[in-house]
Amino acid sequence: MKALEYRTAAWARGGLLAMRNTPDVALGDRVAVLDHLGKRRSGQVIRTSGELVLIQVLEGTDNLDLERTWVRFLDQPFELTLAPEMMGRVFNGVGQPRDGRPPIVSRLSRNVNGASINPAARAYPREFIQTGISTIDGMNTLVRGQKLPIFSGSGLPHNRLAAQIVRQARLLHREATTDVAATNQEFALVFAAMGVSHSDARYFEESFEQSGVLGQVVTFINLADDPPIERLILPRVALTCAEYLAFDLDKHVLVVMTDMTYYAEALREIATAKGDVPSRKGFPGYLYSDLAEIYERAGRIRGKEGSITLIPVVSMPSDDITHPVPDLTGYITEGQIVLSRELAAAGIQPPVAVLPSLSRLMKDGIGEGMTREDHARVASQLFASYAKAQEVRSLAAIIGAEELSEEDNRYLQFAQAFETRFVGQGETEDRSIFDTLDLAWEVLSLLPREVLTRLSEKDLDARYRPAVSTQ
Amino acid sequence: MSNAGTILDIQGPIVTARLPAARTGEQVKLGALGLMGEVIARDEDCAVVQVYENTEGLRPGEPAVAMGQPLSVELGPGLLGGIFDGLQRPLEAMLALTGERIERGLMIPALARDKRWAFAPAENLHIGEQIKGGAILGSVPENPSMAHRILIPPGISGELIDLVQAGDYTVDDVIARVRDAQGQIHKLRLASYWPVRKPRPFQGRDHAIQPLITGQRIMDTFFPLLKGGKGAIPGPFGAGKTVLQQQIARWSDAHIVIYVGCGERGNELTDVLDSFPKLTDPRSGRPLMERTLLVANTSNMPVVAREVSVYVGMTIAEYFRDQGLDVVMVADSTSRWAEALREVAGRLGQMPVEEGYPAYLGSTLAAFYERAGRVETLNGDHGSVTLIGAVSPPGGDFSEPVTSHTKDIIQTFWALSKDLADARHYPAVDWLESFSLFVDTAARWWHENVDEDWLLLRNRALRLLTEAEELNRIVNLVGVEALSGQQRWTLESAKLIREGLLQQSALEPKDSFCSPQKQFMLLKLMLDIHARGADMLTLGMPVRELLRLPLLAEARRWKITFSSDEMKSLEQEAVKIVPVFDALRAEYASPSASKDQAEDEFRAQISMGTGTP
Repeated sequence: MKALEYRTAAWARGGLLAMRNTPDVALGDRVAVLDHLGKRRSGQVIRTSGELVLIQVLEGTDNLDLERTWVRFLDQPFELTLAPEMMGRVFNGVGQPRDGRPPIVSRLSRNVNGASINPAARAYPREFIQTGISTIDGMNTLVRGQKLPIFSGSGLPHNRLAAQIVRQARLLHREATTDVAATNQEFALVFAAMGVSHSDARYFEESFEQSGVLGQVVTFINLADDPPIERLILPRVALTCAEYLAFDLDKHVLVVMTDMTYYAEALREIATAKGDVPSRKGFPGYLYSDLAEIYERAGRIRGKEGSITLIPVVSMPSDDITHPVPDLTGYITEGQIVLSRELAAAGIQPPVAVLPSLSRLMKDGIGEGMTREDHARVASQLFASYAKAQEVRSLAAIIGAEELSEEDNRYLQFAQAFETRFVGQGETEDRSIFDTLDLAWEVLSLLPREVLTRLSEKDLDARYRPAVSTQ
Repeated sequence: MSNAGTILDIQGPIVTARLPAARTGEQVKLGALGLMGEVIARDEDCAVVQVYENTEGLRPGEPAVAMGQPLSVELGPGLLGGIFDGLQRPLEAMLALTGERIERGLMIPALARDKRWAFAPAENLHIGEQIKGGAILGSVPENPSMAHRILIPPGISGELIDLVQAGDYTVDDVIARVRDAQGQIHKLRLASYWPVRKPRPFQGRDHAIQPLITGQRIMDTFFPLLKGGKGAIPGPFGAGKTVLQQQIARWSDAHIVIYVGCGERGNELTDVLDSFPKLTDPRSGRPLMERTLLVANTSNMPVVAREVSVYVGMTIAEYFRDQGLDVVMVADSTSRWAEALREVAGRLGQMPVEEGYPAYLGSTLAAFYERAGRVETLNGDHGSVTLIGAVSPPGGDFSEPVTSHTKDIIQTFWALSKDLADARHYPAVDWLESFSLFVDTAARWWHENVDEDWLLLRNRALRLLTEAEELNRIVNLVGVEALSGQQRWTLESAKLIREGLLQQSALEPKDSFCSPQKQFMLLKLMLDIHARGADMLTLGMPVRELLRLPLLAEARRWKITFSSDEMKSLEQEAVKIVPVFDALRAEYASPSASKDQAEDEFRAQISMGTGTP
């Protein structure tokens, strides 16, 4: 079929344009829409039959008139042109330059939807990434090829945490042996921003610039005032680029995507316009499959050097972790880092709520030879003790701290020290995993030795150092 | 009528094609790529097809061909140790053929065609004999742990015309021929086919009688499941469903384990693929993969194949059941399967009832779970399929449709709790929410094989835990000081049971699997400590002293100190309980309690000047 132009628009609403009497168009094909001002928009076929073709217009359907709109079927799927020169560039949601420089020219282009990785081809992620953040390294360890989202709420500093991870992330054992230039060569960052504000976008840019990684960053950006439908294609475009960098150019790619809730809302918008049956909170029933198609592109592949580590930011509307987007995300990703409003209000940065946070791939990335032999037990003890301390706190709130037993009071001291010293570290402090673990022992030593049942006797003999009582 | 037609409409995984002769359930091949799908509805001369693969690039006007048969699985030697996708395509073979990405339109048979198997015909069969479906033709030693019986497929019966000699055959070689009553000749091979949505027949259902030993204390001791039973593990994300399912797959005392990863994480399946081949079966000492089969449909694979994957797994499970084996099928997660149903129903514009799910959700779930059970097979043998489904309720809300329907269907419910998981209490099975309808039947087995006090002690421990829960509510209001000594000891004992018995680490080599004997021993010892402690309190010992006993911390470590093979050492260690409490008794007992001993002790105390007045 030749790429032909048609002027048979039947209706346009909510980002969808329906065309009648078109030839046989393939599902997923790319479409160019020319509006009455001669401005070009891009679209994608999301339903096709002989009578009616439904096009999702990425720039939206505002100001389209049916009579003077031309549609050109390009007879090719949505593809992204790929070249090493993408590093350091800024693109929009469909992969066109946003930085005023010429478009990427290359023979290589790939379908942005990708194809599923054969589970038998995956390599299990087990390489510890040191983020320099105690709550992550010590208790919710990130490994190469993992997908670990940040669950946050409005007004919480998730962007700062993401930027801090980007600045500080490194492999533990490479650090000593490899110089910075070599490490930089194998590292790349793909930054996908959907619906973020101009100031947030600028914050990230400045942060990348400061840490000197700007040359390794590929940015795909759709700002809050850009058309929302474009957000549907943006993460796929960004991950196609990440796959190219990781599996063709052998780079270790960190992908930061913010904010996935805006992505899901754009999906809901189109689904509603299409008349899809809504499930929870109006989101379509296929939200899980759709999110999985995005998140599951992270990982490692056997026999390939590179990796894709994915850190999506998910803002929880009204801090509700059971909202469909964080909920389904949690079922797909390998854990989550949850931010806490209380800790943020208490001035603790980064305000990571450790109890609901989790890293599922932690167990294979830590321990002897990877971090330190006692790591797993220390983390387990911190979780258990802090959970117990929270119970004591709620009790103290009712009966008053004076009525608490001696042991309970030590739990309160522990919780205080844990939050201010272990969790709280500020945006600039970069702690090694050994510092993190030593600090953990310092705060655990505030507790009586008998209650530290998750640590072995050997650990306790070697590292338990209770402070000499000053009373 | 022609079985070829054309595609009319494409909407995501749903394709409408003009196919006047297609039956519902029939396989359809679509377009130039040859994508496979299945007819789910007929409308005048059109067929509505759900497609197992991504339909991108398909266009109206392309051909559609009805294949004449429903989706079937291939059954025969070579299944075990394999890893298949939701359509039973072997993933390792696909990797070798097309690289790390799954290409569309690829049909690879499940079993290797060129491999030759040593087939030995059954000795009691004679040429000319009348035989029927389910009869054993012979067997193939598939691997050192498994003699794979070759059965006459159900539905075929008649006169055995010939049967090959013992020798090496491929799955395609004809090993026997049967002439049925109509004179038609059926060629039988090592491999046979069965449609996935049709349960394999059996003679009759049997009572389930034996508990499935999973080696997990909270399951075996507190909420048992029988071989042939139906169980569910619901829990919010991060509560440890997958680890628990993997533990069951690792340690269950079943002959065959079929693990269906349905819409789950790719990296998790990789973990299973990496770790299972390294594990050995604790009973046979053979590699665990020799009895395991994986069906892997990760969340990013097409949604319709996900819906199919549970049926593929179940049909294979029934096939092994028919050989007289106990099969455990683990489906992780049935919610993803239900969501696939919902997605298809939504695309068809079917009226949603609860949370977008179609009206037939409950009946579809029930019909599927009903395929589990212990049966008398066609040849008079006994086999079972135990089905354990994980459920992933959105937001951890157990009142959502999939969880509530499942709860009505199953017999054992292992409810996972977010709070327990947050405190890293694993397995995070909530002992108040969970239930098992099999306790009495399981008790018979425990009483015969382990100890006659099992039911008594199990109930006592459960009561203690429930009591402690109520006391905790009081403590949360007024503090622990408000409780009596006995109540505080109850709390402490419940904590001991929680930490020393219920918590079980999948990662600790000595704790990961716990034999029924060790389970019972730990249960008995914990309750013994509780009873002796309670005695001391009645003798006037202050509860603070009791809580300070080093024995309590030691008892918590017994589970990880002694493996299931070190029962003797555990018993020796446990003997320590007696002198600990005897010494205390001596200290606190009134002179009238035990005359001689108390008197001696009394004198000793007086001479030391520390005696009670």
